[in-house]
Amino acid sequence: MSSSAAIPGVVPIRRDPNHLGHHAAGEGETRATGRGIGGPSSKRIVVGYGFWIFLLSDIVMFAAFFAAYAVLRGGTAGGPGPAELFDYTNVAIETVLLLFSSFACGVATLALNARRALLFQAAMAVTFLLGAGFLALELREFTDLVARDAGPTRSAFLSAFFTVVGCHGLHVTAGLLWLLTMMAQVFAKGFRPDILRRVMCFSLFWHALDIVWVAVFTVVYLMGSAA
Amino acid sequence: MLGKLTWSAIPFDQPIPLVAAALVGLVLLGVIAWVVLAGYFPYLWREWITSVDHKRIGVMYVLLGLVMLIRGFSDAILMRSHQALAYNAPGYLPPEHYDQIFSAHGTIMIFFGAMPFMIGLMNFVVPLQLGVRDVAFPTLNSVSFWLTATGALLVNVSLVIGEFARTGWWPSPPLSEITYSPGVGVDYYLWAIQISGIGTLMSGVNLVTTILKMRAPGMSYLRMPMFCWTALASNLLIIAAFPILTATLAMLTLDRYLGFHFFTDEAGGNSMLFMNLFWAWGHPEVYILALPAYGIFSEVISTFSGKPLFAYRSMVWATLAICLLSFTVWLHHFFTMGPGGDVNGVFGITSMIIAVPTGVKIFDWMFTMYGGRVRFTTPMLWSVAFVVTFVVGGATGVLLAIPPADFVLHNSLFLVAHFHNVMVSAVVFAAFAGYTYWFPKAFGFTLDEWWGKAAFWFSLVGYVWVFTPLYVVGLMGMTRRMQHFSVAEWYPWIVAASLGVIVMFAGVVCQVVQLVVSIRRREHLRDLTGDPWDGRSLEWATASPPPSFNFAVMPHVEGEEAYWAIKQRAREQARLREEPDYEPVEMPLNSPTGFVCAFFATLVGFAMIWHIWWLAALGLAGAFATFVVFAWRDRVEYEIPAEAVARINRLNRASRLEALQQARRKEAA
Repeated sequence: MSSSAAIPGVVPIRRDPNHLGHHAAGEGETRATGRGIGGPSSKRIVVGYGFWIFLLSDIVMFAAFFAAYAVLRGGTAGGPGPAELFDYTNVAIETVLLLFSSFACGVATLALNARRALLFQAAMAVTFLLGAGFLALELREFTDLVARDAGPTRSAFLSAFFTVVGCHGLHVTAGLLWLLTMMAQVFAKGFRPDILRRVMCFSLFWHALDIVWVAVFTVVYLMGSAA
Repeated sequence: MLGKLTWSAIPFDQPIPLVAAALVGLVLLGVIAWVVLAGYFPYLWREWITSVDHKRIGVMYVLLGLVMLIRGFSDAILMRSHQALAYNAPGYLPPEHYDQIFSAHGTIMIFFGAMPFMIGLMNFVVPLQLGVRDVAFPTLNSVSFWLTATGALLVNVSLVIGEFARTGWWPSPPLSEITYSPGVGVDYYLWAIQISGIGTLMSGVNLVTTILKMRAPGMSYLRMPMFCWTALASNLLIIAAFPILTATLAMLTLDRYLGFHFFTDEAGGNSMLFMNLFWAWGHPEVYILALPAYGIFSEVISTFSGKPLFAYRSMVWATLAICLLSFTVWLHHFFTMGPGGDVNGVFGITSMIIAVPTGVKIFDWMFTMYGGRVRFTTPMLWSVAFVVTFVVGGATGVLLAIPPADFVLHNSLFLVAHFHNVMVSAVVFAAFAGYTYWFPKAFGFTLDEWWGKAAFWFSLVGYVWVFTPLYVVGLMGMTRRMQHFSVAEWYPWIVAASLGVIVMFAGVVCQVVQLVVSIRRREHLRDLTGDPWDGRSLEWATASPPPSFNFAVMPHVEGEEAYWAIKQRAREQARLREEPDYEPVEMPLNSPTGFVCAFFATLVGFAMIWHIWWLAALGLAGAFATFVVFAWRDRVEYEIPAEAVARINRLNRASRLEALQQARRKEAA
């Protein structure tokens, strides 16, 4: 690979062909297809790709919990079943909150791309509040169920219900923690390439939780009560 | 304050585990004391513990695998010798201890012996074969390794503090539920596997991203070395299968800790759900281990036959077919548990179909050797022995895949002999083939061939000697995991198997001696060219050990067997390639994140096992804080100046040129 730095006015495009260093922020991206023609992909693509694969594995984990729920749905052991327990108004509000928080997260990404710090922080704060609201409603549903003697130890059906929904809730909690960390990082460090990549991963995570919630809504709540 | 942990957790009344643990503890303390007193600790910390270099991490994985293989083998010695003394007698291990030993043997061999060994080899070799500088996420790689080490540590802590599971290597409910296993044994299993499982998953994500997104220019999919293909398939399986294990063990944990009813006998629980979920991970796991093994054999056989791999593309397809089919056979692990004739029939057929791509591979290996100039080095011996013995193991597997036959053989020693036949010949043989093959790449000197061959022959003879009698006694009806027995016809076979263990032990000793002898004679065994075996893929294109940045300039790949083409050209033209324009190289900075995270993970695991809730919370908070501190770094990389890169590369070029000229002189003479 010959260096073109000697020619005045021409900047070497691929000083960092491995894309492990700080030149990896996007230079040479069009050439680096990662398909073995142009060498390794840019760091942004590598990070995003890796995070997608992680998300897929996370979804496989949820699939296992869904399978368990589908198997154990009838195992109410004489206790209350889905039809008596689920409060669909509550679930609908939860869904709306989560979907709008995803919208706010999308706005945050746009603000980030436009390098508008204030809008980013505001949109992230809205995302946080909506996510926290979702969690609060979920916790209320859980405590309410436990108070009605329909806690997770009551029957296999309820064990599976609390685990699927609770696992999603734990993900949301972790997401909120991550969200605050990203707000702090952008505030303290600004729009650094590595931080931009992290926010990108966070937004992928947050949208993936939406997709999982759609499955929770369908499989757990709708199909659950149809049984 | 300390949850369930009291002095009674330490087995003062059981001499065997206590003495064994004391010995291990003393050795460990001795090593640590020696390291600290001799002043090696700063070096270890700087160069190994905090290293994010895929080669160093790979070596540490392999070291962990080696140590744990020996630990698992010592369990095997206990079991075989115990059974030899247990004909109409109680043997020398009380039942509750014997049960822990066979559970620990399986758990350790699969999760902490075979897995780290294979992941270590993939970690070390794959970026070198792809011609890149490191894996996609170097620090994450270090986290993965240290979390695996945490799991191994927790399993071994159970020797001294508390107990290990008595439920077998897969903790079947309802036996593993709190009602029937109230002790901490199952909890040790659960937390050790969960924590190391996170590490395995992360390492799967890392390697798949590396293989799919970070290859040297020109290295299209069908130019990748076979080991990269099998590593890709194996890591795809990790990503798709390990989350199922995580979910399943989480359900069992919830049952045990919070009184949930996933797998209990009451309140609607369903223990067959556990069997299905566990084996939906468990069967792909077999291929997670076996696929990289196939890759190692492909590399070794091709190199030492002096030929390209026969029918490369059919090998790729066979690899991917196995990757997919591995998810369609899980039910054959419980034909006898009532799925019914039709379902059994379907899974019997899918299980047999897997033999087809595997058969393709066997023929490809044989035809690679056919007509080649085969060099019978130690790695090659392991590979040839694999081809032969694995066919026997595969044939008994096809036999077991027939449901009516399985009804007779299920849970017998025939089954035990079958899966040891395949797992030892595929995974363990591959581990040692790969270890001997790539050792000179990692350390710059080859391993002693004489001791290597001695280790091979003792291991091969011992292995056949142990498991052939077990096939026989299994056909005679002996079930697995018997603490004592009273059938006279079985007795001679059990004694024979125990004698075989002695031969295998000799193999292990030779393996250790080989390492010691080789280190002592390293100047004599030194390889300066970086290509001691006349290799064909890119890892042999750089120095041994490779510099931290692997390649001075990124190689350009122009066909299959990238390095072979470069070497042929050099031989024809009697000179090396033009010296490249050197540029400064950016490398990721070392980081203690992995080690610190694993420290906190160990706290969390131990605290959860013993119900010390405050410590678990502290550990979680610590792990999160570690990540934030890591994310707050401002300097994440350092630059190696072009002059340094040039200096390092010129050294290697000089030795290669020297070797080239020597070869020409020899040819001329």
